[in-house]
Amino acid sequence: MRIVVCIKQVPDAKDVRLDPETNTLSREGVKSVINPYDRHAMEEAVRLKEQYGGTVTAISMGPPQAKAILAEAISCGVDEALLVSDRAFAGADTLATTYTLAQAIKKTGAVDLVLCGKQATDGDTAQVGPGLAARLDIPYVTCVKKINGLEDQVLRVERMMDDGHDELEIDMPALLTVVKEINVPRFPSIRGLRKAKEIEIPSYTAADIDADPDQLGLGGSPTWVVKVFPPVPKGERTMLEGSLDEVAEKLTEILSDSAYGA
Amino acid sequence: MDHFLTDDQQMIVDLARQITDEIVIPNRARYDETEEYPLDIVETLAKSDFFALFVPEEYGGLGGGCYDLVLALEQIGRGCVGIATAYAASALGAYPIIVGGSPELKSKYLPDIATGKKRAAFALTESNAGSDAGGIQTTAVLDGDEWVLNGTKQWITNGGQAHLYTVIAITDPAKGARGASMFVVEADDPGFSTGPKEKKMGIRCSATTELIFKNCRIPKDRMIGRRGTGFITVMKTLDKSRPGIASLGVGLAQAALDESVTYAKGRYQFGKPIISFQAVQHMLADMAIETEASRALVYAAARHIDAHPKDMSKASAMCKVKATDVAMKVTTDAVQVLAGYGYMREYPVEKMMRDAKILQIYEGTNQIQRNVVGQELNKEYN
Repeated sequence: MRIVVCIKQVPDAKDVRLDPETNTLSREGVKSVINPYDRHAMEEAVRLKEQYGGTVTAISMGPPQAKAILAEAISCGVDEALLVSDRAFAGADTLATTYTLAQAIKKTGAVDLVLCGKQATDGDTAQVGPGLAARLDIPYVTCVKKINGLEDQVLRVERMMDDGHDELEIDMPALLTVVKEINVPRFPSIRGLRKAKEIEIPSYTAADIDADPDQLGLGGSPTWVVKVFPPVPKGERTMLEGSLDEVAEKLTEILSDSAYGA
Repeated sequence: MDHFLTDDQQMIVDLARQITDEIVIPNRARYDETEEYPLDIVETLAKSDFFALFVPEEYGGLGGGCYDLVLALEQIGRGCVGIATAYAASALGAYPIIVGGSPELKSKYLPDIATGKKRAAFALTESNAGSDAGGIQTTAVLDGDEWVLNGTKQWITNGGQAHLYTVIAITDPAKGARGASMFVVEADDPGFSTGPKEKKMGIRCSATTELIFKNCRIPKDRMIGRRGTGFITVMKTLDKSRPGIASLGVGLAQAALDESVTYAKGRYQFGKPIISFQAVQHMLADMAIETEASRALVYAAARHIDAHPKDMSKASAMCKVKATDVAMKVTTDAVQVLAGYGYMREYPVEKMMRDAKILQIYEGTNQIQRNVVGQELNKEYN
């Protein structure tokens, strides 16, 4: 089974700041990490490989620095990694991104399964998974929380819903997007880290993936972000920090000192 | 202090640190309280190749030396000596096979130890034998194609959790030191059983039990090395393993120092943080000096052992004594710095102090280590 997992480099959510001037995410000095949902997709891909055999290829579209997350993917059991990187991709919305990723995936050959995180924590659109499936002309299930089995190229999966879950069957080749509940991602291994250090991660440009320049980057993106702004604060708030017990104690104190206390 | 580790060693340190910070430290208090064997963490370490670290490459391992293991154990020990012991016990149990086993025995057992599929334990101590290894009463008698073992081992780390045990027993009572041999006993061998888990002062989550051999029959080829080489295998094993215990001491002392300095900066008395008082400052300074000194000695001993010299014993014993005595002192002082809070189970340093004590006792008491150093000195100056 050949599995492709799409991963994205995002700013660490623990460390995110807004630029007060432009109201955009300030990436300067912010640690970059693998999008948390993609980490679960990666883990599931490696587990499927361990159970059913095959290979896992991680693909990331992004600047050259994104090689760091691809190396990390290798250290966690992914077999091959591929960066898709070109200045022409800059400013891509989800339509242009899915086009670029689909071209890259097609270039790598036939695929049985594509796994993505449910959404990326920076853009939060959750459109790339379904969009990519449409581009590849394969069926998809979003928000998968469990894979129950694989038989005769049919996957049995559970899709997380607000009020429970759906049990679904899907023909491969297919695309799944996964939620955090699906697994606990592993730590890197020493062997994986050694491999990640030695491996040369190839980088594909727009020309390498036979891309139509009109469908790439800003030019290929009908979405225009008019304004980004933090929500207007709705009143005063205090964040309590510390252990559960400490927070509970402080909260009790505040409440008993307040109008509710009496 | 920069010890100029190689990139590969730094990578091992970073990974061990990440696992320690993310899953060892958040779970150590629970495991101390429940005294449960930390199977999930041991399995995580296995998945990340930490059991492969000490196994030779030709048997599925990474062929890391004493230094690599020391670096990993220092980090895990910084988080929890109990959990680190649950891991390190497999290395100790595997070393007799690594240092003394035939290629067949190595091929049979080491690959599964490297993946963590099988855990090992080392069995030397008995009720009348520990420091005095000559007091061993467990016997092994050859009966046709099988060895028949009888006796009881005491305080065996990983008892009941290990899949295979490397056991020393008397094969020729008349031959004294050359009358003992080592064997591999598998957990499901007939006539073998383990006692209940002992209740301990510290390292509570690590399993410690008796091993009971009642006409325990094992195939003839389970002997490690030749007949009569049991003591030599034990000595070679302990020479290699003791820096690992020493590094648990370094990690533990570092953890106690970290807690103490952090606390001393945040605790106010007489309107000032207590770190501003010289009485506290000097305590912290001594803790830091001793921790750095023991780390330097342990690293030096590990590098020395990895060069495969003939004289490992002295370096190995020296670093074990130094680093574990320092761990005891520093953790005791940490409780003093944190004072009332330090004595409470809500804070981690009382556990550190309880855990430190075993380091001065197991894998050869520090008194025995001093004997080793003394005997080596006696040989050197003639």
